[in-house]
Amino acid sequence: MIRAPVDALASLGRGVLDIVASFGRAHLLLLGMLKGFPGLLMRPRLTLMQLYSIGVLSVLIVVVSGLFVGMVLGLQGYYVLSQFGAAESLGVMVAASLVRELGPVVAALLVAGRAGSALTAEIGLMKTTEQLSGLEMMAVDPVKRVLSPRLLGGFLSMPLLAALFSAVGVMGGYFVGVGLLGVDSGAFWSQMQAKIDFNEDVLNGVIKSLVFGFVVTWIALFQGYDAVPTASGISRSTTRTVVNASLAVLGLDFMLTALMFGD
Amino acid sequence: MIKMRTLEIAVGAFMVVGLIALFFLAMHVSNLSQLTGGDGYRITAYFDNVGSLKVRAPVSMAGVRVGRVESITYDQQRFKAVVTMLIEEPFDEIPTDTFANIFTAGLLGEKYVGLDPGGSMDFLVDGDLIEHTQSALVLEQMIGRFLLSKAEEGVD
Repeated sequence: MIRAPVDALASLGRGVLDIVASFGRAHLLLLGMLKGFPGLLMRPRLTLMQLYSIGVLSVLIVVVSGLFVGMVLGLQGYYVLSQFGAAESLGVMVAASLVRELGPVVAALLVAGRAGSALTAEIGLMKTTEQLSGLEMMAVDPVKRVLSPRLLGGFLSMPLLAALFSAVGVMGGYFVGVGLLGVDSGAFWSQMQAKIDFNEDVLNGVIKSLVFGFVVTWIALFQGYDAVPTASGISRSTTRTVVNASLAVLGLDFMLTALMFGD
Repeated sequence: MIKMRTLEIAVGAFMVVGLIALFFLAMHVSNLSQLTGGDGYRITAYFDNVGSLKVRAPVSMAGVRVGRVESITYDQQRFKAVVTMLIEEPFDEIPTDTFANIFTAGLLGEKYVGLDPGGSMDFLVDGDLIEHTQSALVLEQMIGRFLLSKAEEGVD
């Protein structure tokens, strides 16, 4: 009679312990990867290859999404602002929402889906096919040799991708607002430049995207490294990467925004 | 496997495009291109009430921006707000009896300092104080006064 509730309690405890343990493993892995950073200076090609697979290969999806997000912002913003006779403020609205929030956040979500899942699958497969243990047997630390350059690549790629997203988005907003809906071009740019502050808006956006790049890549690499070495294990880890990384980005975004913009 | 040379070119192009995007955001989207960089001279003015005037708000003469508000502090002896303004280098012929007002841009716009030049032949220099000032119009006070006058009319 009394066993079922006790079992439920035990499984709850086990679940919490599992989460705490995986947090611990993730941080140990992070420590190992950070220790590998100085060695990467001697072998820049390793990072270069990751910059290609995480950064360059994500450019297309980031640019296309940025363009459409900017265009939609221009369209929606115009309809709302023109009701108050403030259509000239369209530039500020588009640029502020892109530079402060959408650029870093949406770029990070896209990278989590596009590059993060690929990283998890790659590392998971390396683990399954025992390539990581093979490296270890040759006295090569797989964390330093395989994971560190990927973390650095993700960390460096993200601010550039977010900046690209915001810049293309502003152009998309300009195209719709000024080109199609007839907002004054001079007012669009001058209001934007008057209200968007370099330190408060642009630099804070860059800091956000650096944090997101680091966290998304870290989660992806940990999930791959920690994957159960079977086909279903890798698929579960890949899913977890996208879910956890997206949630982490959104949660961190709230905290960073509160820190940066809350006076 | 992609060739190393192609990979290097692709990463290089990615870096260049990303940095151009950052540069575009810095110079074209934000106010970085308008920063004065500290060139110019500082003048101060005491106000009874600065309303919601903010640091970096524009200082303008005849509608042309001549500088920015650099700091807003409170003077405990005079019980007034002290506004320090950085006036840009080219605008160095502002008469000493200039009037400083705090205006609002539009009905709901931001506060800015408007300078109304006087007739003096002497010009303000670094560290000078503007004697004549008019405080910001606080909407709540105006509504309060308006309601009070209406109530008094009702009594008569």
